[in-house]
Amino acid sequence: MNVFAHIGRVFLKFLEETGRLSVFTLDAVTATLRLPVYWSLIVQQMMRIGYFSLPVVGLTAFFTGGVLALQIYNGASRYGAETFVPVVVLVGITRELGPVIAGLMVAGRVGAAIAAEIGTMRVTEQIDALTTLATNPVKYLVVPRLVAAVISMPILVAIADSIGVFGGYVASTQALGFNGPIYLENTMNGLTYDDVSSGLIKAAVFGFIIALMGCYNGFHSKGGAQGVGQATTNAVVSASILVLAANYILTSVIFSHG
Amino acid sequence: MADGRSPPKVELRGVKKRFGSKVVLDGIDLAIGRGESLVVIGGSGTGKSVMLKCILGIVRPDSGSIKIGGEEVVGVSGSQRDKVLSRFGMLFQGAALFDSLPVWQNVAFGLIQGKKMPRREAKEIAITKLGQVGLGAEVGELFPAELSGGMQKRVGLARAIAADPEIIFFDEPTTGLDPIMADVINDLIIKCVRELGATAVSITHDMVSARKIADRIAMLHKGRIIWQGPTAEIARSGNPYVDQFVHGRADGPIEMEVRAA
Repeated sequence: MNVFAHIGRVFLKFLEETGRLSVFTLDAVTATLRLPVYWSLIVQQMMRIGYFSLPVVGLTAFFTGGVLALQIYNGASRYGAETFVPVVVLVGITRELGPVIAGLMVAGRVGAAIAAEIGTMRVTEQIDALTTLATNPVKYLVVPRLVAAVISMPILVAIADSIGVFGGYVASTQALGFNGPIYLENTMNGLTYDDVSSGLIKAAVFGFIIALMGCYNGFHSKGGAQGVGQATTNAVVSASILVLAANYILTSVIFSHG
Repeated sequence: MADGRSPPKVELRGVKKRFGSKVVLDGIDLAIGRGESLVVIGGSGTGKSVMLKCILGIVRPDSGSIKIGGEEVVGVSGSQRDKVLSRFGMLFQGAALFDSLPVWQNVAFGLIQGKKMPRREAKEIAITKLGQVGLGAEVGELFPAELSGGMQKRVGLARAIAADPEIIFFDEPTTGLDPIMADVINDLIIKCVRELGATAVSITHDMVSARKIADRIAMLHKGRIIWQGPTAEIARSGNPYVDQFVHGRADGPIEMEVRAA
């Protein structure tokens, strides 16, 4: 086949996909602003997206915090700057690693689950059935997941931040011989509102991306089991990449003035 | 060919739909009278499901007109579309029950979500409807995954009739069922449609089922209606396509696409 034709086809496919995603996003956002609000579904999704992600996000945050302390100590000790370990761990966790680690874990755990569930509903005609029962499937399936993810992710990240900093504390005091109370004092002195809030804003955006990718890929899945599997993979991959890309953009926007 | 006194309940004129380069519906003209039971027959891949989805508004036709009770429905959206949909009931091929909800909530779904009925009242209706399809109230507490295929179809039927629709659509109602269960479902369809006084549109390739539930049969082939007439006349349609389909012969004017096109 002609190489140019192939490139052209890929490019058109990309444009088509981008357009479809934009329309879907717009649909979802306008549906969010319209009544009725399915409160019970939002709460149910918050449990699934937020609460049940706590163990996996908490564990990863704990180990990440610990490893961060070890590595920063390693680097800082070359310049005799060991006293900066607590505050660098704090900044690293709250600004970057807390939201990104939580985002990636939730993308894998929740993005996949959403895509698989909605994809199965698509191929078994349950989404068509919703329509015939005069219920807007975007309103009923997508909006609760989006809203729940946007609300739960910042809460999840706030908890992950605390656990991550605690992981750094444990590693520093147990393996590196830091004095516990002084470590804590340094951490508290280094704590700024901006560090934490920027991480929480990121978390909300990541939540939106993850839920959107899960819903979008599920909604447009085709065929049978294979199609649902493909949708699940696409949801996790696209959510992970977009989380990392959005993280860069948000960091450069939020911290551009200082 | 609806009777001349009242306008047809469902009327399709020149409905066309293509997916990419594949023409699925190539100008469908069909009229279904009030209270009539029409069965559309045709082989797999002849566009039966797409036609049904066009009427329901799930798929938008490229051109043509679809009227429900004299009102144009192609292109309507929002609350107007919901109003049209609230007059419909639909039994899906695979029942399409919501597997996260217990059976009674499946049946009551359209009442609770669509018509904003209080749950207690909706549950009572759901249990009544389950009774009409021969299922006890205890089934209402089960989840769809705990039911056999035949029972799922019954629940799907109960859900389709829950909101007392004016028009009910049946997508392959007997596919995948054993002959006895298929006959039970056929009987239930006839009974439910009659009790509601509803108009019924079914698509099937099961001739036993078609003969039993249809007042009138239309045959779809290559995106067009090639024959329609009263059920009793199908045996002497004089149409070689219809004859081949009705008798299930491999040889005839209809060539099966054995190889993928």
